Amino acid sequence: MSDTPREKTAKTAKTAKTAKTAETSRTAETSKKKPASDAEPGRARLSVFKTYKLYVGGKFPRSESGRVYEVTDSAGTWLANAPQSSRKDARDAVVAARKAFGGWSGATAYNRGQVLYRIAEMLEGRREQFVAEVADAEGLSPERAGAVVDAAVDRWVWYAGWTDKIAQVIGGANPVAGPYFNLSTPEPAGVVAVLAPQESSFLGLVSVIAPVIATGCTTVVVASEKAPLPALSLGEVLATSDLPGGVVNILSGRTAELAAPLAAHQDVNGIDLTGADEGTAKDLETAAADNLKRVLRPSPAGAPADWSADPGTRRLTAFLETKTVWHPTGSLGASGSGY
Amino acid sequence: MPTITSALADVTASDSALRRFLHGLPGVDAVGLEARAASLGTRSIKTTAKAYAIDLAISMIDLTTLEGADTPGKVRALAAKALRPDPTDRTAPATAAVCVYPDMVETAAAALAGSGVKVASVATAFPAGRAALGVKLADTRDAVAAGADEIDMVIDRGAFLSGRYLKVYEEIRAVKEAAGAARLKVIFETGELSTYDNIRRASWLGMLAGADFIKTSTGKVGVNATPANTLLMLQAVRDFRERTGVQVGVKPAGGIRSSKDAVKFLVLVNETVGADWLDNHWFRFGASSLLNDLLMQRQKLSTGRYSGPDYVTVD
Repeated sequence: MSDTPREKTAKTAKTAKTAKTAETSRTAETSKKKPASDAEPGRARLSVFKTYKLYVGGKFPRSESGRVYEVTDSAGTWLANAPQSSRKDARDAVVAARKAFGGWSGATAYNRGQVLYRIAEMLEGRREQFVAEVADAEGLSPERAGAVVDAAVDRWVWYAGWTDKIAQVIGGANPVAGPYFNLSTPEPAGVVAVLAPQESSFLGLVSVIAPVIATGCTTVVVASEKAPLPALSLGEVLATSDLPGGVVNILSGRTAELAAPLAAHQDVNGIDLTGADEGTAKDLETAAADNLKRVLRPSPAGAPADWSADPGTRRLTAFLETKTVWHPTGSLGASGSGY
Repeated sequence: MPTITSALADVTASDSALRRFLHGLPGVDAVGLEARAASLGTRSIKTTAKAYAIDLAISMIDLTTLEGADTPGKVRALAAKALRPDPTDRTAPATAAVCVYPDMVETAAAALAGSGVKVASVATAFPAGRAALGVKLADTRDAVAAGADEIDMVIDRGAFLSGRYLKVYEEIRAVKEAAGAARLKVIFETGELSTYDNIRRASWLGMLAGADFIKTSTGKVGVNATPANTLLMLQAVRDFRERTGVQVGVKPAGGIRSSKDAVKFLVLVNETVGADWLDNHWFRFGASSLLNDLLMQRQKLSTGRYSGPDYVTVD
């Protein structure tokens, strides 16, 4: 009920901005998307601009603050307005992620694999849209952008395969000096905040989300600040992929503004600092230490991450806790009796 | 209560007089009421005002457990939480009361003895209220004898809805008498009264019969306390004090889970009846999970970090 005035603000803000910026960009926009209106020559058609929205708890809300910011392509041409999330959006996203955690971590690993594979299938079906968005966002040729999207689809498939194998690889039976079975098994840490890489707006994004949810964690993702559109569109794919609402929550906005409350949040169990710049990463890690969050540090400035390389299991294991169980074997000492 | 007798002496003289009076109350403008409640809900309460509101809300909670599965251990745990809601922060105020079933009153009273936190007990065949008057009165006397400071009774909705107002009136009088010194809260179960007009009539009926508090609901039906029905009851206690000089408390119960909701109710109180009611002697929240959310908000205000459910007790 109380949202109505806010939505209005958001709309007005957006219309105002659209009017202002669309003027300049309309020419570029229409020339780019000419083929769509070629069917009936001579008949003008209004452009239908997409309202990009957040993806929180399986729904597509605007930012509660009503703010938006302009997103441009690599050449500086206006593409769309993206919601500029506030810390309250981050808080709401954590609540949604916490709510989804029980169901998602309790699902069988096999089932999670199926869902991740389903995401790959859905993404494949919308390949063209993502190729265009990635090409705009990162200034790539259509061929290069196509290769990036293919790699992202393959990455979902790769992690879909890992869901029911990671436990064998990093868990197992431990030899102990006593009549016990001693078994270690990895368990998801909980809610993980992810600062998605700033440069690789799509392949990098998928490469940080997929491993976190593959193991059963739920996540709040802060999309690339400059190029959030592929991430916001990914929300639409996730919503139609049997992924329970709230498992992945996608926010766009100023990374620094959203990272601080997430790092200090007492109900977040891990934080991936990949998208943080080196200056703030240290402060965020300090804030995260307060409730002993698992922290994944960004790659050092001199060596930017290569997202096309084989990802390995590093990101899978970053947000796991090991549970170890001792169980009597039944052979009780010298008598050799068992039960 | 001489003031009531002088101002409204004749309206309870007979069933027809009572009906005439209750049906003569002005009709409720449902759209206006809901719009007013919604617009008051948009007030933004921040920083120091928010901190004040949160502490006030905590001090107004009737921390409630009304489950078939209640045990003495659970009641003792709840009492401990009522006394010290946030063990990590001694500045957090205690709640107003602990609300339990009559057979748990003794346990609660022992756990809360000397603390100033009251023991409230539901009685009169809660939540349905479908029992003979003798049973209801015995239920009430039992609870008072076991140490209850406050009695939450339910009205006979069947009698109310079929228009037998005097029966409801006399039943409340009888329970009031059985409750003796204990304050009496009268539950209307607004979710079952179907119209706002009925809620207004029930409010007046309850107050005429001597209720110390009027309470929205049991928390056991689909529709519980809403801003609109609470606003309506607040208007009724305001008008009643104007007519008779007697102040009656209000207790919304059920469905209030977030701090934001609680603060909205406090705004309703302040804007409708004023600061006289902003005290746990005159306004209460019947709630259980609300307390945890208030505590998390309190921790957020004092530390600047968002808190989580790991830092409050699981009830």
